[in-house]
Amino acid sequence: MLADIPVHRPSSLEEALALLADPPDGERPTPMAGGTDIMVVLNSRHVVPSSVLDLWKLDELRGLSVQDDGTLWIGALSTYRSIIASPLANAHCPALVEAARTVGAVQIQSRGTLGGNVANASPAGDSLPVLLAQGCDVVLQSRDGGRRTRSFDGFYAGYRQADIQPGELIIGFRIHALPPGATSWYRKVGTRLAQAISKVVLAGVAACGDDGTLTTLRIAAGSVAPTPIRLAAAEAAGLGGRPTDVAAAVGAGARADVTPIDDVRSNALYRREVSGRLVESWVRSL
Amino acid sequence: MTDATTSTRPAKRILSLRINGSTWEGAVEPSALLLDVLRYQAGLTGTKRGCDMGTCGCCAVRVDGEPRLSCLTLALDCEGRDIKTIEGVADGPLLSSLQQEWADCGAAQCGFCTPGFIMVGEALLERNPKPSEAEVREAIAGNLCRCTGYVKIVEAFMRATAD
Repeated sequence: MLADIPVHRPSSLEEALALLADPPDGERPTPMAGGTDIMVVLNSRHVVPSSVLDLWKLDELRGLSVQDDGTLWIGALSTYRSIIASPLANAHCPALVEAARTVGAVQIQSRGTLGGNVANASPAGDSLPVLLAQGCDVVLQSRDGGRRTRSFDGFYAGYRQADIQPGELIIGFRIHALPPGATSWYRKVGTRLAQAISKVVLAGVAACGDDGTLTTLRIAAGSVAPTPIRLAAAEAAGLGGRPTDVAAAVGAGARADVTPIDDVRSNALYRREVSGRLVESWVRSL
Repeated sequence: MTDATTSTRPAKRILSLRINGSTWEGAVEPSALLLDVLRYQAGLTGTKRGCDMGTCGCCAVRVDGEPRLSCLTLALDCEGRDIKTIEGVADGPLLSSLQQEWADCGAAQCGFCTPGFIMVGEALLERNPKPSEAEVREAIAGNLCRCTGYVKIVEAFMRATAD
C-alpha cells in the first residue's frame, strides 16, 4: 500500500495552481503527472511527501500542435504513447518519438509524460537530451506569477535542481523547428532495450551546407554529468568541417565534455568511451 | 505516528469502476493503488504484485483497453473507466485463443507473470491481429518472466495469430 497521505485531485489548471499557491494543509503538495517516477518512490516509502497533487485529470495540458512560428507545442501531460502516435511529433521532432519508444515499455509509455520527465529532473531522463539538442522553451505557470517562458538550456542549475519556482507547474514545451535540411539522431544505451534506466543517452541535430561542411551541429547527452548537457567541445570540433574529416575530433570533444561517474548502472570509463564512439560514428554517417 | 482516533487520515471516497463488464463500487483511500483495490477490495487476485516499482509487468491490467501498471496507478484516477483484468479474459470455461495456446505451449511455468503477459497480449492482438515476432517481443518488453526464457511465450503468441 501507498503511504497514507492526502491526494488532491484538481479537475482544472486553475484549481491545481490555487492548491499550489494556497496549500490546504499548509505544506505544498508534490505535483504528480503519470506517476511513473513518483509512485515508485511512494511505494518504496523512501521519501514520503506530505501530500500529492494528482494532475492526471487536467486534459487542458494534453495535446500537440504546430504554432505559427513553426515550433511544436507539446502539452506537459502528453504521454509518450501520444507522442509516438502523433504525426506532428513524427514530422517535427522525430528524435523525441525515438526517445519515447525507449521509455520503459508500453505500460509505462501510456502513463509517463514529457512534463513529468522534465520536472523529475533526473540526469538520466530519456527525453531530455532531445529537448536540448533540438532546442526548446519550457512554459510554466503559477496563480500569482502568471505564465513564464524560459529556455530549456540551463533549466537545471545542478543535480535534480529544475528551475520550477514554488507554486509553478510546467504547462508545456515549445520545441524549436529543425533547421532546413537537418537530420536528428537519438541513441540510448542501457542494460537491455526495455525497462532500463540509461547508462548513456545521446541526441543530435546536424545539417550540411552545399559544400558538404557542417553548418549545424548540436549534440546533447544524459547520464554523463549531474544534469543533461550540451557537448560544446564536440560541437566546436565539428562545425565547418566535412563529417568524415571531423568525426574523430568530434568524438574526442565528446570524451572531454562528459563528466560521468561510477554508479550502480555503469562506470565513468565506459560512459566516456561509449559517448565518444557513438558520437563519432553518428557524425561519420552524416 | 499519530493515534488512529485523533489522526487526520484522509477521508475515503466512493469510487465507481466498470470491472470486467460489471459495475463495482467501494470506498477507497485517496492514495489507494488500483492493484490493491482490485486484489483486496474487489477480490480479484489474478492481478499479481511483483516488484511494486513498475518494472516487472505482473500487475498489468487494461484501462479503457490500454495496458497499464496497476501498481503505479491510483484507483481514483480510474473513476468511471473500463477496467479489464485476467478474470475477464476467458468467456466462462472458454479460454481466449492466446490463453489456450499459452496452456498448450507450456508458456506458463510458475505462472506468476502470466496474467500480466495475457493482458498486454490481448491488447496487442486487438490492435494488431497479425503481429510479427519482433512486434510481439516489443509489446511484451515490459513483462518479465524468470522461468521460461520467453521462447514458449513467443511461440504461444505466434500460434495464437496463425490461421
